[in-house]
Amino acid sequence: MSTDTLDAPVVETVKMNGLQAINAALMEAMEADPKVLVLGEDIADNEGGGVVGVTRGLSTKFGTMRVRSTPISEQAIIGAAIGAAMGGYKPVAEIMLMNFTTVAMDMIVNHAAKLRFMSGGQSQVPMVIRTLTGAGNQTAGQHADFYEAWFCHTAGIKVVIPWTPADFKGLYLSAIQDPDPVIIVESGKTLFVPMDVPVGQGPIPLGKANVVAPGSDITIVSYGQMMFTVMQAYEELTKAGVSVEVVDLRTISPWDKETVLASAGKTGRLLVVHEAGRNFGPGAEIAATVQEALFGKLKAPVGRLGAPYCSVPFAKKLEDAFLVQPPEIIAEAQRLVAMG
Amino acid sequence: MSEILENRATPDAKTQLDIYRRMIRIERNDDATRTQIRRGRITAPYYSARGQECIPSAISVLLNNDDKICTIYRGIHDMVAKDMPLRPLWAEICGRVDGTCKGKGGPMHLTHPETGVMVTTGIVGSSMPIANGFGWAALLDGTKQVTVAYFGDGASNIGAFHEALNLASVWKLPVIFVCQNNGFAEHTRYENGTSVDQISKRAIGYGMPGYTVDGNDPVDVYAHAHAAIARARAGEGPTLLECKTFRFMGHVFGDADGYMTKEEKAEAMAKDPLPIYRQKLIDDGIATAEELDALTAKIEAEVNDAIEFAMACEYPSDDELRRDVFAEEIPA
Ligand SMILES: Cc1ncc(C[n+]2csc(CCOP(=O)(O)OP(=O)(O)O)c2C)c(N)n1
Repeated sequence: MSTDTLDAPVVETVKMNGLQAINAALMEAMEADPKVLVLGEDIADNEGGGVVGVTRGLSTKFGTMRVRSTPISEQAIIGAAIGAAMGGYKPVAEIMLMNFTTVAMDMIVNHAAKLRFMSGGQSQVPMVIRTLTGAGNQTAGQHADFYEAWFCHTAGIKVVIPWTPADFKGLYLSAIQDPDPVIIVESGKTLFVPMDVPVGQGPIPLGKANVVAPGSDITIVSYGQMMFTVMQAYEELTKAGVSVEVVDLRTISPWDKETVLASAGKTGRLLVVHEAGRNFGPGAEIAATVQEALFGKLKAPVGRLGAPYCSVPFAKKLEDAFLVQPPEIIAEAQRLVAMG
Repeated sequence: MSEILENRATPDAKTQLDIYRRMIRIERNDDATRTQIRRGRITAPYYSARGQECIPSAISVLLNNDDKICTIYRGIHDMVAKDMPLRPLWAEICGRVDGTCKGKGGPMHLTHPETGVMVTTGIVGSSMPIANGFGWAALLDGTKQVTVAYFGDGASNIGAFHEALNLASVWKLPVIFVCQNNGFAEHTRYENGTSVDQISKRAIGYGMPGYTVDGNDPVDVYAHAHAAIARARAGEGPTLLECKTFRFMGHVFGDADGYMTKEEKAEAMAKDPLPIYRQKLIDDGIATAEELDALTAKIEAEVNDAIEFAMACEYPSDDELRRDVFAEEIPA
């Protein structure tokens, strides 16, 4: 049990991690709607219920016609999901790791994302692509990349990167019922850290950011596992007397401009932090949009922190340097605050 | 193979005539398209399938309206064979708002679910993985629907072909993979790009039946498609049909086709399936020359009506750029 203030309604919560929250969302969605399907490599219980066990129990409950393990064939997986989606189903396709989406890029960007538009609205592709990524586990160059900008740049596919288990549950429930393709990135640590989830957590709308902490000196926008880092910096900055408003973007495309602009307009300063490369990253889009809308009203230029222009390295020491760390966020936030 | 040859299904007289009707509809439509482009009345990339009429015609007589096809940029003949109405087809080729896709897909991306035309793709090899999804949906629905994935010989060298055949076989999907082998992938000769002398041999590697068929002989295509469709409807899984043919018009309209020799083109033209089949129908007493001429005239009128309809249609308004990206309109 936890309550925010004395007046707030008492919300009963349970502790679970992201993995359990996604599993609960899939269970619930499949139970409520016989059109929901799941497919991917090793996802049925015979094959272990997925590499990290997200889909565990589903095939036992719903059968292997609705929960299908596939060969290692990423194009075939996404293709089958597209056809089934156009055929009236709501498939959730797992691509084990985000780096492997590259093997199915044609199916995702040329077909899933575009069929509605190219058909003049006749084709609907209501599918979800689940995928996992994130640095921090010494998996190096081909198992840890964030490619959200690639997908955000393609019209017709929504991109969601949740942080908390409650958000996973709520955003999954929405994504599965969304009439368009949605890619959900399960970002490293977010799957494994238990947090409070309201009992009966319902859908959370796509495209809505979450103001995690209110503040008045600077807004920090982030998402995915980088939120853990941002929250560490937030604690330190608060102790140092900087009032930080933290916004978890949750949906990267289409992103919640309204909330970000309102927050940056209020604090006058914005810092975007993400794990994806800083070059051409989502931070560039957010910074440009905010500067266009709030030119003359900002007290400092919009700051951006992201990965350097290199592949994810193996050596722990290098990997730590690759990932944005709390001290960098603190220094950048303080620099921006000192500017005006 | 032997099983099909032994229990060879043959089209009855009415069906044979129906195959011919579809072939003529394709040929007249193709001729009109090239004429309209030549006259500058439409500007569009056009991939003629002249010479390949027989393949989708002999298959489509075996398909119902709710059976689906996933086809490719060179697939207007597949749609015409599936009896897609010509007015919206032409409006789409002309980029008009009354087109099947409101002018947003064009000749390489037509969609018309009412006649089962689900996906038309400009990406070589990608019709097959998506066809599998329709097959999976049909299994879940418990219908006897089949899906035909059309593609070219060049497409059989793309990874998606191999992934799709493997998955379809493992999942026993009601999908018929139809390769229209016209001997060329763009400008590349078959043997310079493909490791096997017959694409049907690749079926062995995926544990499904594979046949090489004379794609210029409607009766041969019909017999094999009949067996493949029956197998799919019975829940026994996919089949690969390689239909050997030739394209008369080069890769894309305006292509100089210098990569074909004069002799081989002349030889192929001499085997043009249309006049040969017409003569056969007359010789077999299925129709008289006058009846076939009347049919052609009727189809010509249908094509002309579609062209004039399309030319009179409006272009889509610029608001269409914000529609159909997602289910909801994108804010201005
Ligand atoms: C993935 C991909 N690579 C290349 C092309 C360019 N291209 C268009 S058609 C074509 C040849 C395809 O030949 P084939 O599959 O035999 O079909 P056909 O045109 O002969 O019917 C090529 C290479 C493409 N559209 N898609």
